[in-house]
Amino acid sequence: MSSTAPLLEVRDLSVRFRTRDGVVQAVSNLSFMLRRGETLGVVGESGSGKSVTSLAIMGLLNRAHADVEGEIFFEGKDLLKLPPDELRKVRGQDISMIFQDPFACLHPMYRVGKQIAEAVRAHADVSKSAAWDRAVELLGAVGIPNAAVRARDFPHQFSGGMRQRAMIAMALVHNPDVLIADEPTTALDVTVQAQILELIDDVKREFDIGVILITHDLGVIAETASHVMVMYAGRAMEHGPAHEIFTAAQHPYTWGLLESMPTIEKRLEILVPIEGSPPSLLNPPPGCPFHPRCKYRFEPCDNKRPPLAPIPDGHLDACHLSAERKREIWRDRIAAELGVTA
Amino acid sequence: MSAAAGSPEARAGHGPLVELEHLTKHFSVKQGVFSRAKGVVHAVEDVSLAVDRGETLGIVGESGCGKSTTARLVVRLIEPTSGTIRFEGEDISRRGQRSLRPLRRQMQIIFQDPYSSLNPRKSVGQIIAEPFAIHHTEKDRKRRVQELLDRVGLSPEHYNRYPHEFSGGQRQRIGVARALALQPKLIVCDEPVSALDVSVQAQILNLLKSLQDEFNLTYIFISHDLSVIRQVSDRIAVMYLGRVVEVGSAELLYEHPRHPYTAALLSAVPRPETNGSSGARQRIVLSGDVPSPVNPPAACVFHTRCPRFQQGHCDVETPALRRFEGDQEAACHYPVERWPMTEDELRRPFGGRAASGSR
Repeated sequence: MSSTAPLLEVRDLSVRFRTRDGVVQAVSNLSFMLRRGETLGVVGESGSGKSVTSLAIMGLLNRAHADVEGEIFFEGKDLLKLPPDELRKVRGQDISMIFQDPFACLHPMYRVGKQIAEAVRAHADVSKSAAWDRAVELLGAVGIPNAAVRARDFPHQFSGGMRQRAMIAMALVHNPDVLIADEPTTALDVTVQAQILELIDDVKREFDIGVILITHDLGVIAETASHVMVMYAGRAMEHGPAHEIFTAAQHPYTWGLLESMPTIEKRLEILVPIEGSPPSLLNPPPGCPFHPRCKYRFEPCDNKRPPLAPIPDGHLDACHLSAERKREIWRDRIAAELGVTA
Repeated sequence: MSAAAGSPEARAGHGPLVELEHLTKHFSVKQGVFSRAKGVVHAVEDVSLAVDRGETLGIVGESGCGKSTTARLVVRLIEPTSGTIRFEGEDISRRGQRSLRPLRRQMQIIFQDPYSSLNPRKSVGQIIAEPFAIHHTEKDRKRRVQELLDRVGLSPEHYNRYPHEFSGGQRQRIGVARALALQPKLIVCDEPVSALDVSVQAQILNLLKSLQDEFNLTYIFISHDLSVIRQVSDRIAVMYLGRVVEVGSAELLYEHPRHPYTAALLSAVPRPETNGSSGARQRIVLSGDVPSPVNPPAACVFHTRCPRFQQGHCDVETPALRRFEGDQEAACHYPVERWPMTEDELRRPFGGRAASGSR
């Protein structure tokens, strides 16, 4: 499934915002790739740079305030070097995006069907009625019952789950190759969340596309992602196949996330939080960005930044701890605590 | 508090701290220029619950299920339409605002959004000292506030800072300190960690736990997050469309949910498969959306989405809460016999309708 050439490749991406208080290092030296049929889960806390990364891919950052460096390759073209009108063709047609709050993304005064039809006509020269038919077809495809009638509804007549379905329909208008979903289920109830995650997965398989799923919820990642990138303070801390992140996590930050997450399986004796709070990106700490909160920090951590490097028999990880030491900590402490048996 | 208040037994610390009996809250929907009443939102419908001293009652459910309204009714921020709220054995559901005041010291609330629940124009010291000002207590307020700051894990030097200088987790700590100020017996936590990142969420949950142990606090903990509820609660009530559909000890409810709605909720939670043995898990996907509380379905409110729906029974006869082993209760004609179950198994209620008639 993942043997083909990458669909999207991000190389050494850095995003800096110039603000009144100084320069914010939102994303630093980020590299990853996405293949067809893959779901890349990007997980991190607020301010970790996960949304900024997706906005950079979509070319939605205002270059007047943001410096974007690096390369974003899609079909052999560097999106960061494309002129605006060519980028517009890619955006919404080849790469599309859905957001957290589907209500804020739909115009309250236009019928849902009309808004989707408008998206059809933005990139294709078709008649209004053909565009409307396509909108109805897509609404049906994403599971809106009685789509021909419901297309005439206004957004407020849709429930939260239906609005997110409508947004997904809109994103699918031009059969994109890449779908970026930024916290698509955070605003939804758990039973509706299950429906939407299932829909995104169906869409991925049916249209054979690549999905980037951004979330703060490790449970969502576990359920949908084939690969996971854990971000902290604008950097990738760990990157690998999803099952390995849950059965053999390598980075102390990932351990921290896993340990601090309550589970529905059992009541834990005590949750182990990550002490402190994420660093200010105006002035990121030297060395490993996680070192001020890391339980396992030692001598080189506060002045030498560990590179994101492959580890033996596995994925990528940015930490100074030796592979044996990490295996030991995982086996004796973290895995035991979490009851991981795999 | 007046001397006559409460039975001697309840005051002495026996019996539940809070009891709700047939509590109901309707909001009228108004429309048009003359604000004519167009309908009634059945926000909370016939809820009966009891909360023991020192325990945490979790209330869980999806948006619009009435969990926050229930919380607000308990602390009398809104008026109940009917039913009784008892605090330490005393009926407080009809008390006026003035006579409620002494009681307000006993019951505090922590809100979801640490950004909008703190006045941005007041310093942290003023915010936490405000309960003292309102209730005219405490002489050495500054010292007391600094103690509280220290207890919730903030530095006493933060006394003169303003809310915007703090992160979300720190703000929630300020909210906790304010709730603790008057040494209440009951704290209602309304989604206190929903706006926080996981690592910070764990800090706040641990803080609430240690405060409970130290001050023997009673919590009513509202959340939509089933993992958080499991972590904090001794007992759990599951709400759907304003009704309690299931209630029981946290352990039993998660081990063996009896109501199909609870079962569907539990199965819908996305989670890592860290445990190779629990491979039997299957998601039960509920179709459709929660119906409107203006016009809730007849009889069992869950029947429109229920995988075990039996026509002519579930939509005709309202199920009462039935008792199971270990004081677990569920309002269902066809309770879940065992757990886990696949969706297909769940769809075939054991015995079907004929068997249920003999019960």
